[in-house]
Amino acid sequence: MPHALGVRLQRIGNAPRLADLAAVILLLALMITFGMAARQMVLPFSLGHAPPIRLAPSALPMYTLRSVARMLIALLASLLFTFTYATWAAKSRRAEMVLIPLLDALQSVPVLGYLSFTVLFFLSLFQGSALGPELASIFAIFTAQAWNMAFSFYQSLRTIPVDLDEASRSLRATGWQRFWRLEVPFAMPGLLWNTMMSMSGSWFFVVASEAIAVGSTQVALPGVGSYVARAIEERNLGAIGWAILAMSIAIVLYDQLLFRPLVAWIEKFRVEQSAAQTAPRSWVLDLLSRSRWIQRLRVPLQSALARVARARLALPEWRLARPKSELSRRFLDIAWYFGLAALTAYLVLRLAHFVRPTLSVGDLRTVALDGAITLLRVAVLIVLASLVWVPVGIAIGLKPKITELVQPIAQFLAAFPANLLFPLAVFLIVKYRLAPAIWLSPLMILGTQWYILFNVIAGASAFPTDLREAAASLRLGPLRRWFGVLLPGIFPYFVTGAITASGGAWNASIVSEAVSWGETHLSTAGLGAYIAEQTAAGDFARITLGVAMMSALVVVMNRALWRPLYALAERRTRLD
Amino acid sequence: MNRETQAAGTDSIVIELRGVCKRFTRPTAEPFPVLVDIDLTLREGEIVGLLGRSGSGKSTLLRIAGGLLSPTSGEVRYRNAPLFSPSEGIAVVFQTFALYPWLTVLQNVELGLDALGLPSAEVRRRANAAIDLIGLDGFQSAFPRELSGGMRQRVGFARAIVSEPVLLLMDEPFSALDVLTAETLRTDFLDLWTEHQLPTRSVLLVTHNIEEAALMCDRVVVLGSNPGHLVAEIPVSLSRPRNRMDAGFQTIVSEIYSVLTTRMSAAVQAQARVHGGLALHLPNVSVHEISGLLEALAEPPHQGTAELGKLAASFALEINHLLPVAAALHLLEFAELTGDSIKLTAAGRVFVQSGTEDRKRLFREHLLTFVPFAAHILQILAERDDHQAPRERFELELEDHLNASDAEETLRVVISWGRYAEVFTYDDSARSFAIPPAR
Repeated sequence: MPHALGVRLQRIGNAPRLADLAAVILLLALMITFGMAARQMVLPFSLGHAPPIRLAPSALPMYTLRSVARMLIALLASLLFTFTYATWAAKSRRAEMVLIPLLDALQSVPVLGYLSFTVLFFLSLFQGSALGPELASIFAIFTAQAWNMAFSFYQSLRTIPVDLDEASRSLRATGWQRFWRLEVPFAMPGLLWNTMMSMSGSWFFVVASEAIAVGSTQVALPGVGSYVARAIEERNLGAIGWAILAMSIAIVLYDQLLFRPLVAWIEKFRVEQSAAQTAPRSWVLDLLSRSRWIQRLRVPLQSALARVARARLALPEWRLARPKSELSRRFLDIAWYFGLAALTAYLVLRLAHFVRPTLSVGDLRTVALDGAITLLRVAVLIVLASLVWVPVGIAIGLKPKITELVQPIAQFLAAFPANLLFPLAVFLIVKYRLAPAIWLSPLMILGTQWYILFNVIAGASAFPTDLREAAASLRLGPLRRWFGVLLPGIFPYFVTGAITASGGAWNASIVSEAVSWGETHLSTAGLGAYIAEQTAAGDFARITLGVAMMSALVVVMNRALWRPLYALAERRTRLD
Repeated sequence: MNRETQAAGTDSIVIELRGVCKRFTRPTAEPFPVLVDIDLTLREGEIVGLLGRSGSGKSTLLRIAGGLLSPTSGEVRYRNAPLFSPSEGIAVVFQTFALYPWLTVLQNVELGLDALGLPSAEVRRRANAAIDLIGLDGFQSAFPRELSGGMRQRVGFARAIVSEPVLLLMDEPFSALDVLTAETLRTDFLDLWTEHQLPTRSVLLVTHNIEEAALMCDRVVVLGSNPGHLVAEIPVSLSRPRNRMDAGFQTIVSEIYSVLTTRMSAAVQAQARVHGGLALHLPNVSVHEISGLLEALAEPPHQGTAELGKLAASFALEINHLLPVAAALHLLEFAELTGDSIKLTAAGRVFVQSGTEDRKRLFREHLLTFVPFAAHILQILAERDDHQAPRERFELELEDHLNASDAEETLRVVISWGRYAEVFTYDDSARSFAIPPAR
C-alpha cells in the first residue's frame, strides 16, 4: 500500500523526540567503539616487543573492548561458516557423507586443543603484524562457536516443512531466493538460540586465548585475558576484582544490546502459527522501533535488502534434478567412496609418521590413566551439581515471580568466564593449605554448572499447570510428587543442561587442572593438566595424543550416555 | 455461460498426463509403486475432482501435474509442451496453506510474482489486486499467525492466483478448515469462477470429500489404492450454483459413494489375498469407534442396515470420518458394505448384545481370522522361545507391501486392536511385542 506509507512519512515530521536521540547515540557509540578496537588490531606488532599489559583500572575499558571485538569478529566468522558449510552439507548428498561426521569430530575436540596448534600457524602467516596473534585468538573463539551453530543450521535445513518447500518450488524460487526467503528465516530461531549458547560458552575462551604460551613462543594480546594473566603473575588481587567487574559489564551489555533485541525480533520467524503467550521483549528493540529517525532509515534499507533477497540469482541452483542414469550415479558414488578411503588412509599414515618417532606405549598408558582420572572428575562433578541444582531449579521454576528474578542471573553466570575466578580459588587453596587434587576439581564445573540450573528452571516453569494441579488434587506425598511427577517432567530439560555442562567441564579441565598464582603453581593429575603441560613445553606429538584422547572420551560419553538419555527423554515425554 | 458445452478440440487441452507411473524407492532400495498408468486430460473451462482415500496417490498425482515431482515413466504435457519442473502458468494451493510465517500477507502474495521478474510497482499493484479480489483487503500488513485458518487459506489462494495461472492445482484446500469456513470459501471461489473473474482456465481439485467434489467439479475422477490407479470417471453435469438438497445432487453423491464403497470392499478382499494378507492396510480406527458404530447400527431407526450418507448425517459426522470405521467393520466382518449402504452381520449383532469379556473374545476371533497380520504376529510370538519379538521385525515386513506412513498406521492400529483383544502385549520402551502371561 504505497499511499498509506506516504501518509505515514508525512505525518512523522521533523521534530526529534527523546527516543530518536537515544537511539542515534546508541548506534553511534557502538560504531565508534568497534571502529577503535578494529583499527588497533592491524597495527605493527613484534613478539617480545609488544606493549606490556598495564594493570591500572583505567586501562581496562580499552582491554575489554578489544576482547569484545574479538568475540564479535569470531561470531561473524562463525555465521559465515554456518551459512556455507551447513548449506553445502544439506544440499549435497556426497558432501554430507564427509562434512557431517567431520563436524561431529571437530565438535568433540577441546577448544583449547585447537589453540595449541593454530597459534604458531597464524604467527608465521602474518609475521610482524598484530593480525597473527589476533587471528589465532579469534580462531580459538570461532572453534568454540561455529560447530553447534552449523549443526543447528544443518538440522533446520533438513527439516524444512514439506509444504513450505513445495510452495517455494512451485513458485519457482531460485536457489538464492530460496536461501534468503525460506531457509535462513526458517532456521533463524534455532540458530539464534545456538548462537547465544555459543557466545555464552566462548567468553571463557576469549579470556583463555589472549595470553598464550606455546613452547618458547609467548603472546599477550591486549585484552581482559592478558590483564588477568598479568595480575596473576603479580599476585594482584585488586586487579582481578576490576577485571571481573569489567567482564560482567561487557556480558550484560552484549546481552542487552545484541541478543535481547534479536530474541524479541526473531519471534516472527517461528513456524508454530499460534500467538505465543509471553512474547520476549527488549527495550533496545522498542527504542529503535519507536524512534522515527531509525524508522525512516529502516524503510529504504529494508526495501533494498528485500530487493537483494528477491534477486533472481540462479547461480547456486538446486532444483529438481533431471534423473540421471542409475549406472552413472552408482559409478560416481563408488569413485567418491574410493577417493575418501584413499584420503583417510593417507592422513592416518601421515599422522602416524609425525607422531611415531617421539611416542611410546608408555605415553599411551599415561594419557589413558590421566583420561580416566579426568573422566571420573567430570562424572562426579556432574552428579554433584545435579544433586544440588535440580531440586533448587525445580523449586525456583515452580514460582514464576522468583523465576523471573533468578533466570537472568543463572544465564549470566553460565556466560561469565569462570577462569577469571580461578586465581581466587588458588589463593584460597594456598592460604588454607587444601589438597589440590580435590579442591582444584570444582573449578572445572564452576562456570558450566549454571547450564543445569537454568535449563531445569526453564523446564519447571514450563511444567504443564494441569499436571501440577492433578498431582495436588490427588494429594500426592512429597516423595511421589518429586519422583513421580516433577523429576520425569523436567527430565528432557535436565539432559540438555547436563550435556552442555559436561562438554564445558571437559573444555575447562585444560585450564583448571593446572593453575598458578604468581610463583605458586598448583596442578593435579588429569588429562587437562597433561595437555596444558605439553602445550607449555611445545611438544606437539604429545599435545596431539592428549587432545585425541580427550576427543575420544567426549565422543564415547556422548554416544554411550547422553544420546541414549536424550532419545529416552524425547520418547517418554510425548503424548502422541 | 455453460462451460460444459465448450468445444473439445486439442487447442483446449490445458494439461495432459499420459501413461504416468510413479515409483518411490524405499530405504531398502526396492521400488514401491504409488501410481500406475494414469491417463488424465484437463481442458479449458473445467474443474476436475480427484477423489480417493488416503494412500491412493492423489496428492502425488497433483504434484506430478505441477512439475513438483517427475513421473517414473509416462509423460506430462502442459499446453502441448513437455513439463519437467514447475512452470509459469501453473499454481498450487496447499492443504496446509504453506504460508511463510515470517512474511506479511502482502509479502506472501508478492512471492507469487517473484519468478516473473516484474518491476516492484507492478508487483505491488498486482498483489494488492489479488488480495482485494480474494477478500483480504486491509489485512496486507498482518502476519499469518494473526489470521484464522480460513483467512490463511485465502492468502494461499491469493498467492496462487496473483501470477494469473492458466492451471490451478488445489490439494485438499478446504480440508484443514472447519465446516462453516470451508463452505464460505468454497462458495466464494465458485462465484469468482462462474463469474470469470479468475484468469484461470482449468482447475484440478484433490479431495476426499464426496460432497465437495459433487458441489464443485464438472468431472470426478476416482482413484483406487495400493498402488493408485484410475477407477472411474463420473461426469457431473449439474448447473451452478448447485444445491445439496437437489435430487440430482443426491443422485450424484450416491453414485460416487457406491463406486467408493465397492472399491473399498473389493480392495480389502484383494489385499487380504496377496502376500499372505500383509498388504492389508488397516484403517486408523479405535475399538471404541467400532463398537460405537455397531451399537448405533443395531439401534432404531437403522435396525441393522443403513445408508452411509444418512448414517453420517444422523451423527452430524463428516462422511470422510465415517468411511474408515465402516471399512473396519467390513474388514472384521462385523458388517457388510454393499453399494452405498452398510448391513450388520450375525457376528456384529452378537457383539452388540455381549458383555465386555465376550466382546473381547469375539473381537479376538475376528481379529485373528480376518486380519492376517495380527495372526502373523501371534504365530511368530508363539514360535519364539521367549515369546517376544521386536517391533522392528514387523515394521520391515509391513514396509515390503505398504508405504512407510501406511505401514506405521497399520502397525499402530494392530497394536491397539491386539491390546484390546489381549492377543499380545506391546512394550513401547522396549519396542517389543510379547504374549500376555496368562489369558
